[in-house]
Amino acid sequence: MKIEEYAAREIFKEHGIPVPKGGVVSSLEELEDLTSTLKFPLVLKAQVPVASRGKKGGIVFAEDRRDALEKARHLFSSSIDGFPVRSILVVEKVDVLKELYIGYVIDRGERKVALLASPYGGMDLEEISREHPDTIIKYLLDPLVGLKDYMARNVAFKLGIKSLSKQFTSIAKALYDIFIKYDCELAEINPLALTNEGLIALDTRMIIDDNAALRQPLLQEEKRREFAYVDLGGNIGIIGNGAGLTMATMDIVAHFGGKPANFLDIGGGARADKVERALKKLLKNPRIKVVLINILGGITRCDEVARGILTALEEAEKIPAIVVRLKGTHEEEGKKMLAEKGIEVFEDMEEAARKAVELCR
Amino acid sequence: MKIWKKPLGKLLNFADRGSCMGILVDRNSRVLVQGITGREGSFHTLNMLNYGTKIVAGVTPGKGGERVHGVPVYDSVEEAIKKHPEINTSILFVPARYASDAVYEAIDAGIEKTVVITEHIPVHDALRFVNYAKWKGVVIVGPNCPGVINPVEKVNVGIYPVNMFAPGKVGIVSRSGTLTYEIALALTKRKLGQTTCVGIGGDPIVGLDFIEVVQLFYSDPETKAIVVIGEIGGDMEERLAAYIKKHGLEKPIVAFIAGLTAPPEKRMGHAGAIVSMGKGDARTKISALRDAGIIVAETPSQVARETENILLKRT
Repeated sequence: MKIEEYAAREIFKEHGIPVPKGGVVSSLEELEDLTSTLKFPLVLKAQVPVASRGKKGGIVFAEDRRDALEKARHLFSSSIDGFPVRSILVVEKVDVLKELYIGYVIDRGERKVALLASPYGGMDLEEISREHPDTIIKYLLDPLVGLKDYMARNVAFKLGIKSLSKQFTSIAKALYDIFIKYDCELAEINPLALTNEGLIALDTRMIIDDNAALRQPLLQEEKRREFAYVDLGGNIGIIGNGAGLTMATMDIVAHFGGKPANFLDIGGGARADKVERALKKLLKNPRIKVVLINILGGITRCDEVARGILTALEEAEKIPAIVVRLKGTHEEEGKKMLAEKGIEVFEDMEEAARKAVELCR
Repeated sequence: MKIWKKPLGKLLNFADRGSCMGILVDRNSRVLVQGITGREGSFHTLNMLNYGTKIVAGVTPGKGGERVHGVPVYDSVEEAIKKHPEINTSILFVPARYASDAVYEAIDAGIEKTVVITEHIPVHDALRFVNYAKWKGVVIVGPNCPGVINPVEKVNVGIYPVNMFAPGKVGIVSRSGTLTYEIALALTKRKLGQTTCVGIGGDPIVGLDFIEVVQLFYSDPETKAIVVIGEIGGDMEERLAAYIKKHGLEKPIVAFIAGLTAPPEKRMGHAGAIVSMGKGDARTKISALRDAGIIVAETPSQVARETENILLKRT
């Protein structure tokens, strides 16, 4: 889960990383109070989970109090990529000499933590890798050893900020501590600004591993959803058991010229009630013309799946075409139950996918 | 090339293994089930036993002295090993909250191979125990995986629906569960069958990767062709492609990659199945694999057809 900038900023500040003076406001009254404690010019940053919000009008500058109120009023009444602006981070503007990048990610292939840095801050990591790949400084850290001072020091040398290597090292260490303590998939400072007063973190970003919800209070409101569900925009609804099989089902529908509407994985061992809720979820989507259910039953029982399908359909008002593939545990019982209600059941997933696409035409 | 040199060396020592066929698990596997008294642990213990797997003990702290399907249960791995020093493989059905602790318990007891079935283990925990296992010279399969099945020797250390598998000549390595069963079934229907099927897991950090398992299949004389089942996210497929490009293809490989139609920045069920920051999309993986001389099928049934063509040509 992405942590909002103002929340990440607080965490970074607590860990001793210098950030510009400021605070977060959710009304014009709060803004008025805050501005009396800050030095102009100010930067107003809309708190929306949108990439490159600067280019979309989400970051504005204010010269004085009147200017700040006017611009904040405008931000509060607008949306950025569909997200209404409910709060604004307001900070003092900093005179920047140079923008740097520093971040930690999990390097999946190497099975290590990667410390990444670049003298081209201000653009996102993806863009740096594309535009200036040779400038990326990378150290792989063994998670059993962690960050050593020499690495951070060497990064500072390579970034050309030798005189600030002490400050840089303390920031790099604090950021590593945050990365570990908060179970981050990503923790970055971008840009890390070089100023006449030293280094300062202008933007802070954290993504926390959803599987760490058990021990991360920041994630505790995030409830694990019953199904893994992703909207894909097409008109053939898809239900499968297992992530790989469900993805392959979408792909095969597309392979035969159809448009998958969604990804919905009921997981392993789903009982009838879970299947029923999954199908009902798709029946609510008016865009869906055909539902393709692909079950390869190991621990999932085909008769349970059939029962779930039938219950969902009994209670539905408008029913799209249903194509079912059942194979595996208790396949015969499941097939029989569906056949009695006139639902065609396939044994082969590719035939079923072809049929679903055909029905959509 | 970074491989887990020590365990691979040990596993590849065929003199030690007698005439066993397949990789990672075989008729010499003596299995411990951690979390044996739980619903899943008990259910799959019965399935594994019925297939012929030699399960010698189970562990659930606090439940020592019980029996599950005739298998004695101990309070600790230490105690289980003391009573059954022949244990060389462990399989974990421990809930995510306690799973990492159980993995360390298995590693510290010196068990050669540990299969971690558990899903939703925090990625930082996996990162630490996978690196720790490497230092200790033991193998971790998973987390979030269906385990390992060897149909030739009738050993299932996992949650596989065993009737979809048959003894044969094809080695399967996969990041997925049910999609693996789908492709195994397609191979079985064509009377090809499998030497071993290794589910390496759907999480971002897993103990064994494609390169390592492909190397193991290279060294298994029984395996004549390899099926690699990948998906979006990470760069494991690209790394395999780079490895093959550098070292050549020792045995034919047919691949399938799931997630061509997956949108970016969305997690598709598996924690590891996400196209993130412009990396890990299916098209890049497919072209890297093809570029290395690997056949990439477009559907699961095509995987079986291509594999059959290869095996017919070669025999």
